[in-house]
Amino acid sequence: MLLSCKETTRLLSQGEDRRLAFGERVALRVHLAICNGCRNVSAQFRFLRQAVQALSRDGDEKESG
Amino acid sequence: MSADFRSQVEGLRPYLLRYAALQLRDAAAAEDAVQEALLAALAGEANFAGRSNLRTWLTGILKHKIVDVIRRQSRERPAADLEAEGDPAEFDGLFDRRGHWEETPDAWEQPEGALAQKQFLAALETCLRALPERTARVFMMREHLGMETSEICKELEITATHCWVLLHRARMALRLCLGTNWFGKH
Repeated sequence: MLLSCKETTRLLSQGEDRRLAFGERVALRVHLAICNGCRNVSAQFRFLRQAVQALSRDGDEKESG
Repeated sequence: MSADFRSQVEGLRPYLLRYAALQLRDAAAAEDAVQEALLAALAGEANFAGRSNLRTWLTGILKHKIVDVIRRQSRERPAADLEAEGDPAEFDGLFDRRGHWEETPDAWEQPEGALAQKQFLAALETCLRALPERTARVFMMREHLGMETSEICKELEITATHCWVLLHRARMALRLCLGTNWFGKH
């Protein structure tokens, strides 16, 4: 299965929310190996999770400082 | 109930309010959830005995109260409403006819450094507020409350597929928004 970038962003997002099937993981890996743009998006999706968690930590600092 | 316990719990109120408001986007609803959580916590002091971290314990209680509020709200606004939100072709403009990027996304410069900056967190909050209400709700249930997709679907009475569509839409919109409002400028 050859993925387009559009399909890849869908699978990347779902990969944050469910365990992808073996075939999906392989297709994703093949696509990411050749596509800079989707690799960047993959990192950005993962970063969003960290960033949202930093929002409530930010509240802590205000409280103690 | 010990006075010391009460004052420690009360001291965490600002943190809890912020925590609830991030999810509920409504000051009054956040206040209600926190109030209920504090009452439950004060009544349940005995359950806390021996646990290491008061804030973690309180946050756990608050999460349940927040989900109660969401459940009430979604009962008032049925799922049909939710289905209607958003245009499935919303991000089609980013791709050509074959589904490849019209413009290849760039890497963000030093994203970890941004996490420590107040202005970045403010920009993120602005981007979150710009999301459609239900898209934001599902995204924050997943990333802020840390719920599994299956739990989110159950609470909101939507299918897993619809949940993934909303989560994908939220992530795509947030990366565009942060790309424009932060990473493109700093």
